[in-house]
Amino acid sequence: MIRFSKYIWVYVCISALVLIPGMYSLVRFGLRPSVDFTGGTLLEMKFSKSLPAGTIESIAKSEQFPVITVQTIGGSSYGIRAGVATDEEITKFQTAIASKTGETPELLKKDTVGPILGSELLFKSVVASLLAVTAILLYVAYAFKNIKFGVSAILALIHDVLVVFGSFSLFGHFFGIEVDTLFMTAFLTTMSFSVHDTIVIFDRIREYRKKDPRGNIRDLSDIALNETMGRSLINSFTIIFMLLALVLMGGESVKWFAVALLIGTITGTYSSPFVATPLVILWDYLENRKKQH
Amino acid sequence: MKKTKRTFVLLLLLAAILIVIDIPENLKFVIPFGSSKQTITLNPPSINTTLFGMKIQKKFTTHLGLDLAGGTQVSLEADMTGIKDADKQDSLESAKQVIERRVNFFGVSEPVVQSAVSGTTYRILVELPGVTNTEEALALVGQTANLEFREMIEDTIDASTAAYLVPTMENTKSVGISGKDLKKSTIQFNSKSGEPEVGIQFTPEGTKKFAEVTKQLIGKRLAIFLDDVIVTAPTVSTEIADGEAVITGSFTVDSAKKLSIQLNAGALPVPVKVVEKRTIGATLGAESVLKSTRAGVIGLGLVALFMIIEYGWLGVLADLALIMYGLITFALYRLIPVTLTLPGIAGFILSIGMAVDSNILIFSRYKEELRKGKPSAIAMELGFGKAWESIRDANFTTIITSIILFNPGNWSFLPTSGLVRGFAATLFIGVVTSLFTGIVVTRTFIRVLYKGPKVMKGEQS
Repeated sequence: MIRFSKYIWVYVCISALVLIPGMYSLVRFGLRPSVDFTGGTLLEMKFSKSLPAGTIESIAKSEQFPVITVQTIGGSSYGIRAGVATDEEITKFQTAIASKTGETPELLKKDTVGPILGSELLFKSVVASLLAVTAILLYVAYAFKNIKFGVSAILALIHDVLVVFGSFSLFGHFFGIEVDTLFMTAFLTTMSFSVHDTIVIFDRIREYRKKDPRGNIRDLSDIALNETMGRSLINSFTIIFMLLALVLMGGESVKWFAVALLIGTITGTYSSPFVATPLVILWDYLENRKKQH
Repeated sequence: MKKTKRTFVLLLLLAAILIVIDIPENLKFVIPFGSSKQTITLNPPSINTTLFGMKIQKKFTTHLGLDLAGGTQVSLEADMTGIKDADKQDSLESAKQVIERRVNFFGVSEPVVQSAVSGTTYRILVELPGVTNTEEALALVGQTANLEFREMIEDTIDASTAAYLVPTMENTKSVGISGKDLKKSTIQFNSKSGEPEVGIQFTPEGTKKFAEVTKQLIGKRLAIFLDDVIVTAPTVSTEIADGEAVITGSFTVDSAKKLSIQLNAGALPVPVKVVEKRTIGATLGAESVLKSTRAGVIGLGLVALFMIIEYGWLGVLADLALIMYGLITFALYRLIPVTLTLPGIAGFILSIGMAVDSNILIFSRYKEELRKGKPSAIAMELGFGKAWESIRDANFTTIITSIILFNPGNWSFLPTSGLVRGFAATLFIGVVTSLFTGIVVTRTFIRVLYKGPKVMKGEQS
């Protein structure tokens, strides 16, 4: 049997290593909201071959098209982010591109979101997350009837949320990845995943406590972790296989959504034995020390 | 044991039915027939029968969302300034119906027109599959309904059929009264005959114009056009000076109501403005379907292989249950029907991973019981019993989250985006189905097809 509880400091280091850069980036650079949240126009165009850098920008400048950023998405496709543009402006811009580059690009996507809708979505996402967290909290409290387990599960959940947000802040800063409606969905799913594994482990600890009410939580968790680790890993592998296939082969439009889910799954699996369980152990330890004094 | 066998047979039967429902559309088989070749095209079945006086019509086809089929989605916000609170809902409904009529007239297949009220915002959501020209789409839905009163240029009775000439835009001319002059239209019932009729009320300015027009047109017909399409052409009997008119005809309650709504639509031209429009090219959608399906198949293959390597014969059984799971969920998508979006496919793929989880939980419990020295059959039943609680608890939170994301109550403070809902729907169906397959299907398969471990005996000692 592996005494998982001996290496709590290792888990703290791993979490810190992942959390600190992400948190730093979140505070320093924040997230890159997509047009879903800010309002604006997004065009995706596919050319037969890639254009020299700055081509689209300079055309936009001469046409006075309110371009904010231009990004390459997979080879010769470009994502053009702009302020809210009318259809006439877009058509004019397209014509200019066609005449300057000598080819009419295929328009893959044309989204225009009004600014009201953007802030509305932000509000709705926040409400949905709060509602989900509350529901999960209530369920955990009900399932375990014990504040120690409940709070630890929620802290592990916050850990996972921070990992996901932190990594997308880094992705945003370095690769220009934006946070959109789908990201919010992935993040909410991560929250339920995170608790999923934690519940399986806590279920075991609870089971052993019933048999041995005076048993040391630390020993019981070590037994529980040893027994559930195989299942946790196997299960995560199956989900990771599916998501990895989606990331690598699912195409551009679903790639970053799958990445968000993937990170969520990995941190969700990690946090159950290495964040939530150590927290319960530590809590129990502190509680006992207090009693002894 | 008898009961288990029966369940097993039932499951096989269910699988057969599901396969029929799940057949890909336009599946072609080429069968060499002597020297010539015979091509058979298979399609999922469709039901079209009458059962107990109820007409049942159902086609088992996959509904693809706009992001996969390509098309345009437009959100319109109605400007309700100057419209009384009591009339707001009505005018939104009228506007919605007008847009619906225009879209249908335009010949868009499977359009979606929905009204959405949240707080003080009144919106209409229009989805036009296959339409990628937004300007065209906006011209279609963006304008307000146009009501017009016109007189016949030359009204003659067709001698051969003894019927009036059908008024068209060509054989009529405007009398200068439009929807702006109309205050309100209501459905009412004739005080004598009790038949439904449509009452209209003009604005003060409209009243004046209407009095003048009716005075001139006594004995003649006054045609009412909505969006350049004739609605009705009653004959004017007297001059109407009080600004109130009644359109009679052979109305049913429904048709009178419909006309009243249509007139209101013209009468209450709610200005709408576009708050969101999204267009997805058809090729991007088709590419996404292809790629994500391929990713799904490869992922699934890896998972299946992994299960066999890890659990041997048990893994094969779990894989069979997984196939069953796939058949059930896909059939449900077609039956409900669930509109499949790209995130929806992701949700499905994700739920496969979770479906396997129930099996893994059960198997690891089973192995534990075996290690304790229990005989295989008992260990399996114990494994199921003990794993069930964990499976239920663990999936419960996912179910909660997917319900919140799906927002079944259509609450305005939660996301209403089609993409998010598509994901939530498939995730929900996936998790619930996985509970069924994990507990019923795997269990039955194992009880019938599994006769204890051969390899694991070594571990027991």
